[in-house]
Amino acid sequence: MTETSDSVTLTLAPAGDRLPEFRPGQFAMLYAHGIGEIPISVSAIPGDGTLVHTIRAVGPVSRALHDAEPGTVLGVRGPFGTAWRLDDDEGLLLVAGGIGLAPLRPVLRQALACRSSRRVILIAGARTPADLLYREELRRLSDMDGPEVVLTVDRGEVGWNGRVGFVTEPLATHPIDPAHTTALLCGPEPMMRFCARALLGRGVPAERIEVSLERNMQCGNGLCGHCQLGPLLVCRDGPVVGYPVAEPLFPVKEL
Amino acid sequence: MTDPHSGTPLLAGLSEAQRSVVEATGRIEEYTPGTRLFDEGGDADRCWLIISGQVAVDTHVLHRGPVTLQSVGAGELLGWSWLIPPYRWHFGAVTVAPTRALVLDASQVRVLVETDPELGFLLTRILLETLVNRLQATRLRLLDLYRNPA
Repeated sequence: MTETSDSVTLTLAPAGDRLPEFRPGQFAMLYAHGIGEIPISVSAIPGDGTLVHTIRAVGPVSRALHDAEPGTVLGVRGPFGTAWRLDDDEGLLLVAGGIGLAPLRPVLRQALACRSSRRVILIAGARTPADLLYREELRRLSDMDGPEVVLTVDRGEVGWNGRVGFVTEPLATHPIDPAHTTALLCGPEPMMRFCARALLGRGVPAERIEVSLERNMQCGNGLCGHCQLGPLLVCRDGPVVGYPVAEPLFPVKEL
Repeated sequence: MTDPHSGTPLLAGLSEAQRSVVEATGRIEEYTPGTRLFDEGGDADRCWLIISGQVAVDTHVLHRGPVTLQSVGAGELLGWSWLIPPYRWHFGAVTVAPTRALVLDASQVRVLVETDPELGFLLTRILLETLVNRLQATRLRLLDLYRNPA
């Protein structure tokens, strides 16, 4: 399914044995035959053995995956990595930037499926309105009496009546209960860094903030070391880590 | 938790008395979508503490019409050109949703700032925080973080 001019959502059915169930935040290694393998987070967990990934074409492998026709056979390994924390009834604040919305989508869907009294807020940013992922799905959610959805774009266009600005701005003022909010952040590192600072400033405890790190994952098992980030092997110890773990690593240049 | 109904969370750092003095310079107003609050070059004689709704800060670009630069929503301050001479709006502002705001009289607030140094410092700091946050957000947008790296 086409999401934006450079992003698609692929549904993969098992050609052989089913893979174990993924948890929100985890990723698979997807192999485009003859081209290469890259890590891609799950963007939905249907529960029927299929895998759903949203892919933005940025390099040869992701371009090949993006352009895959129905029936194409891909290599898949997984699940790998850590998952988002979803184990309590605290309020849930999801902050996503760009393609970072994809790994948070299963959280949103799971939170809605539980139909608990948990308050769910999604703040998502994109370059332009046309670059917003899952726009129709988010519009439907906004119309429901469910999650609070705040969309903001860097550049507004004619006909866009939503917010124009960076995600840190609605994040700074949207009403939350800081002491009882778990915040999950996914997007470029500078975005997550500033969002985390804004949340700390509002009183959200650091241990209730989680981020998803992106590194050069290759083996997925913590063996090859390509994804090392300080003391972490991101494919094994991440991609989801608590902010207290990530915070001292963020300012280290070229780490 | 920030009280979404107070309308003036930005003033939460003031004492009750200081807050009352500031709020007394203003009044609550409601606007329908499409209401132009001010235009570039006009007298910056008011500022808005947005209670609910959304306002687009815009500028007119030749052959493109008004282009939105920034949105200002609930809990945020709209307009700071009233503090520094020549007290003229640098951009325009138009509501894009039903909007409710506390509208402060800029000349009265300036008098408060100049005659009560303590209150003046606190109000200036509130304004400075808003400016810093917007500057940082603008810088992050300039980085074009969500750009496709290919």
